[in-house]
Amino acid sequence: MALLEAINPLLSAGWQKGGHEWRLENDTGWRLKDYEARGGYQSLKKILAGKMSPDDVINEVKKSVLRGRGGAGFPTGLKWSFMPKAAPEKYIVCNTDEGEPGTFKDRDIQRFDPHAIIEGMIIAAYAVGAGRGYNYIHGEIYELYQRFEQALDEARAAGYLGQNILGAGFDFELFAHHGWGAYICGEESALLESIEGKKGQPRFKPPFPANVGLYGKPTTINNTESFASIPFIFRIGGESFLDLGKPNNGGTKLYSVSGHVNRPGNFEVPMGTPFARLLEMAGGMRGGRKLKAVIPGGSSAPVLPADVMMDCTMDYDSIAKAGSMLGSGAVIVMDETTCMVKALERLSYFYYEESCGQCTPCREGTGWMYKVIHRIEHGEGRPEDLALLDRLTINIMGRTICALGDAASMPVQSFVKHFRNEFEYHIENKKCLVPPDVQRAGSSFFTRNMGQA
Amino acid sequence: MLSEATLGKIDREVAKYPAAQKQSAVMAALAFAQDELGWLSKDAIAAVAGYLDMPAIAAYEVASFYNMYDLAPVGKYKLTVCTNLPCALSGGVHAAEYLKNKLGIDFNETTADGRFTLKEGECMGACGDAPVMLVNNKRMHCFMTPDEIDKLLGECK
Ligand SMILES: Cc1cc2nc3c(=O)[nH]c(=O)nc-3n(C[C@H](O)[C@H](O)[C@H](O)COP(=O)(O)O)c2cc1C
Ligand code: SF4
Ligand code: FES
Repeated sequence: MALLEAINPLLSAGWQKGGHEWRLENDTGWRLKDYEARGGYQSLKKILAGKMSPDDVINEVKKSVLRGRGGAGFPTGLKWSFMPKAAPEKYIVCNTDEGEPGTFKDRDIQRFDPHAIIEGMIIAAYAVGAGRGYNYIHGEIYELYQRFEQALDEARAAGYLGQNILGAGFDFELFAHHGWGAYICGEESALLESIEGKKGQPRFKPPFPANVGLYGKPTTINNTESFASIPFIFRIGGESFLDLGKPNNGGTKLYSVSGHVNRPGNFEVPMGTPFARLLEMAGGMRGGRKLKAVIPGGSSAPVLPADVMMDCTMDYDSIAKAGSMLGSGAVIVMDETTCMVKALERLSYFYYEESCGQCTPCREGTGWMYKVIHRIEHGEGRPEDLALLDRLTINIMGRTICALGDAASMPVQSFVKHFRNEFEYHIENKKCLVPPDVQRAGSSFFTRNMGQA
Repeated sequence: MLSEATLGKIDREVAKYPAAQKQSAVMAALAFAQDELGWLSKDAIAAVAGYLDMPAIAAYEVASFYNMYDLAPVGKYKLTVCTNLPCALSGGVHAAEYLKNKLGIDFNETTADGRFTLKEGECMGACGDAPVMLVNNKRMHCFMTPDEIDKLLGECK
């Protein structure tokens, strides 16, 4: 399975060779010498030695049809081309503030392959003419922030960062910025505010970061996985990268599979891989139970019922056609022990808790939605509540500064749409359709030998 | 109020940003201050702000916005358990329940001996390793079965 080694053999190797323990024991390949031994920094050298122009680099990335791995799926090459050429001070920012429930791929890239991120960022900096960059790392992974600092030291010592990189007359400094626990800082403009030492509150757009970004200067911001894919694109060529996936959906992608499966983890597969195959790679359903629902792209993506999901392939277009979003590639798998009302209640609480409070529809609406779902779950639902929820989502969507408002509304709409009978049952019978002891067994907390499945 | 060692660490952070952008180091500086002092009092926040030449209120806004700053004293070990949906499907909520029973406290409470504070956390980007918990913001523990939790509590002296 050579394809699986696209970003890093260690990312997917664990599932073949015995799971979590194996991955930790083999967590020895992140240093510079290991990265170089597997071809690391060759892409950067090739670009600089072959005198590829910044425009050539951008065109190659366009050819690869790499689509941003942070959630929106925006073509990376096109984004880079928006950077104004003449501006004297420009920035590159990597978004490793991974906090979208279900998503844990960037953490593994940080862990196993920090130099792939660094190399990708250097290439991006060369392409857009940026002199400085920051990698914003999620607060909860402090140990990997420290590792990244070490990787940066290695890259500086080897002359990949700093003045006159590889003698090519190009300067680039890169630093790590550690977050401190705020989901909203994953939103790119909130992240920039956060680097500036402020509350992480999203900015109005336009202007977009390519024009007014960090410290008011043109800035390119991409997800960790997007940057980490760049060296590989230049190793095999943009067209070959595209060919790995499907038209309009270039390359391989990491999927974080969590929930009721035997072997949760990250799996790197070509775009367009059938969902059924991914489920199989994750060890199938835990305890052989029946699949009930899947959130295919992180908690903000609409939930899909089992039968719809089983017909999907894992790429932007197929999932969109089924009525959801590939988002960050976080696949949350739920089996028949799941109470959909309780599941939605927890997600609604999350958005309520993490709303930055700037826009009234989001601040008030997320609190209100949580309150209504909470009362349904706790046997105090009213017959008119489902219509109320529907109205609330309509009054939030499209009326806020950032996409968190939509992200909070889409789960509500989709859960109620696809599992309406469960909500109605809750309201009428003041209890859950799935008996409490069945729900309790679902998590396997008291029975499973975790990570050994 | 802040030790030389802490100020030295702050200086290293300041050096990461353009000269006119000292304020960018405020998040790191507050974290170092919390490491040293255990929690962030108004005075501690003002000291950080003073050192970075920014208004105290601006530093306070940052300290109160991000979840991992403690604006009130916490136990020697702050345990944050992720209970968000992906973790809950694999035992996150049950692990938190187990901890509550063991420690005899609820979320946002501290044990009488001042050893443990329990917090409910949001997604830590580690959902495949559920149940997941964080000790004092920095050390992540994964696959926390009842046995593993017992072991961890035993190690927190
Ligand atoms: C509420 C919210 C949270 C987000 N969280 C993340 C995140 O954790 N990581 C990420 O890369 N992008 C996140 N995004 C998307 C970013 O705003 C941005 O689109 C992305 O970093 C761009 O990188 P890409 O083009 O490489 O995908 C989030 C967006 C919103 C609205
Ligand atoms: S939509 Fe919500 S999170 Fe986004 S800016 Fe408005 S209040 Fe803040
Ligand atoms: S939901 Fe718990 S770490 Fe992501």
